[in-house]
Amino acid sequence: MSLLSVRDLTVKFAMRDETVTALNGISFDVAKGERLGIVGESGAGKSITGFALMKLISRPGYVDRGEILLDGEDVVKMSDQRLRELRGDKMSMIFQDPMVTLNPVLTIGQQMVETLLAHRKLSREEARQIAIVKLREVYINSPEERLDQYPHELSGGMRQRIIIAIALLLDPELIIADEPTTALDVTIQADIMELLLELCQSNKVGLILITHDLGVVSQMTERTLVMYAGRIIEAGRTREIINDPQHPYTQGLINALPQQTLPGHKLRQIPGNMPSLTNIPPGCPFNPRCEYATDLCRTRIPEIAQYGEVQVACHEVQRLQAEGERQEQNA
Amino acid sequence: MKDMNVRTPLVEIKGLEKQFDLDQGWLETLKFRNGRITREKRAVHAVNNVTLDVNRGEALCVVGESGCGKSTVARLVAGLLTPTSGEIHYDGSRIDDLSRAQMQPLRNRIQMIFQNPYASLNPRMTIRQALEEPVRHHNPSFSAAEVREKVTEVMMSVGVDPTWAKRYPHEFSGGQRQRIAIARALTVDPEFIIADEPISALDVSIQAQVLNLMLEAKESRGLTYLFITHDLSVVEHFGTRVAVLYLGSVCEVADTATLFSNPKHPYTRALLSAVPQLKDDRPNHIRLKGEIPTPINMPQGCPFQSRCAFANNRCDSEKPKAIHQPDGSLVACHAVEENRLDEG
Repeated sequence: MSLLSVRDLTVKFAMRDETVTALNGISFDVAKGERLGIVGESGAGKSITGFALMKLISRPGYVDRGEILLDGEDVVKMSDQRLRELRGDKMSMIFQDPMVTLNPVLTIGQQMVETLLAHRKLSREEARQIAIVKLREVYINSPEERLDQYPHELSGGMRQRIIIAIALLLDPELIIADEPTTALDVTIQADIMELLLELCQSNKVGLILITHDLGVVSQMTERTLVMYAGRIIEAGRTREIINDPQHPYTQGLINALPQQTLPGHKLRQIPGNMPSLTNIPPGCPFNPRCEYATDLCRTRIPEIAQYGEVQVACHEVQRLQAEGERQEQNA
Repeated sequence: MKDMNVRTPLVEIKGLEKQFDLDQGWLETLKFRNGRITREKRAVHAVNNVTLDVNRGEALCVVGESGCGKSTVARLVAGLLTPTSGEIHYDGSRIDDLSRAQMQPLRNRIQMIFQNPYASLNPRMTIRQALEEPVRHHNPSFSAAEVREKVTEVMMSVGVDPTWAKRYPHEFSGGQRQRIAIARALTVDPEFIIADEPISALDVSIQAQVLNLMLEAKESRGLTYLFITHDLSVVEHFGTRVAVLYLGSVCEVADTATLFSNPKHPYTRALLSAVPQLKDDRPNHIRLKGEIPTPINMPQGCPFQSRCAFANNRCDSEKPKAIHQPDGSLVACHAVEENRLDEG
């Protein structure tokens, strides 16, 4: 059985005039110790997915239907009491901005010890010792001293490492990381990612990595979901998706990267913008930007279905695959 | 006339320094130490002795991590900040000591594009107002019809429908807003554009649109760019030459192709190895020790020594000078100079 199983998850936001659908019937699984990437541009619904998994959607947002089974227990229906036990213990979340995640008026030690005491029967001293061990695991120098420091005394990279240490404090089975390195510099990002990968592999922790950066997904994850306008439009093994994307949007996203074009040449851009949630076009949400769109695409929403190795939500995928093969044979 | 100028760089930056005082008032400079009150001034050394040329028609990219002084360099060149010392020459004449009035005729030759298109357009001005203002300011003799015509032409060239000119910035997406910001810079027909992280606030598919637009403008208008970015894949695509900045000092300047195929400075190498690659399964990035020091207490010798695996006593005490390499690149590193890098 998979560690996490999401079925038909739909999240809506009740606005003054209308109700918008931020997540539209998404389903996916995460096996024990598996690393899953969720990619998409802003507004695709990837962060909402992360929040929903922790049951952090607050008014005016609500889970309209669907279930989130964590080891068979439905997070959506869970009591607050049970949620408090699970959050931080069985699953924990790492947020984007290390500057705002830590409480500025508590020392690092207070925040770590507090978390441990809330979940385990430990003495203060035992909790402190565990905190020191965890800080050492994320390569924090002289952890004993750090415990008595406040967040503002530490650099951004160090803060994010401490947040990772806090996320790992109770040996969770699943970590949800929402753009964990977007606020950091590239050299620090590379360090943090390597660390996260190492910790997940050695402790068999499942990881859901939410990011807009395809390079990061490519290096960190085993499986990837590509999201667009609140739907999963392609899912499969990361290598497959990066090397041979099937959905026209995924293809466009990868082809638009500067690495994919010779220096100085025109980049292959995707025309137009992601639709806003209040104004999603009928049919396939990508159809106004898609060069292969047909009348069917403009009227009916494609269901996600298995094509070969990957799942794709596109009416035209078989035609595109056939054309791709023909071109390959001709070439 | 123009041919004669081809040899001299369009912009010459010589020994540029900028410090920001941390202590604003006299009272803040007072410190209580060892039982007595003393006065001490602290300053952020944002830019330290930077010398760079921008040649006509090139796109010089300045890369580095946050706090390395790249945006400060851009603002100094644009005349938005006054250097603490050093000189900036534009088209052969010095510009860093000009008064506002003296700078005025240059403003339509030098334009700037900022990072955040949400903040750089006035929310209370329609797009037409925002675009017409610079045209009218720099061309007082233009009739209303001529101004309108110019604005329409520029809007078309950046792919924004001129019929949208009556709208306000909040009605546009981030990518469209950045196009409008670019249009505003182009309305006065500049020759030199300083772009400070113009695409980092945008999504991947939109980044490509804006980069293409800037490349097109470079070709069709013969623009010269000073392009500030932290994104190395953009540099490789857009830049003709690259300057790598670390803690306010230039580490390495090279042609883009040379820098990416044969990086020399240990910091450049670490930076390149840290970029997440698409196809490569196994990241083999060079892990730097430590963190970026603050530019308040600058180390005496090489600014990079605290994180460099090749640092020795000399790096500790003596700041390396930029030295020309056989392939034309400029590298400020004792280890490169002494050939210590690739041994063993």
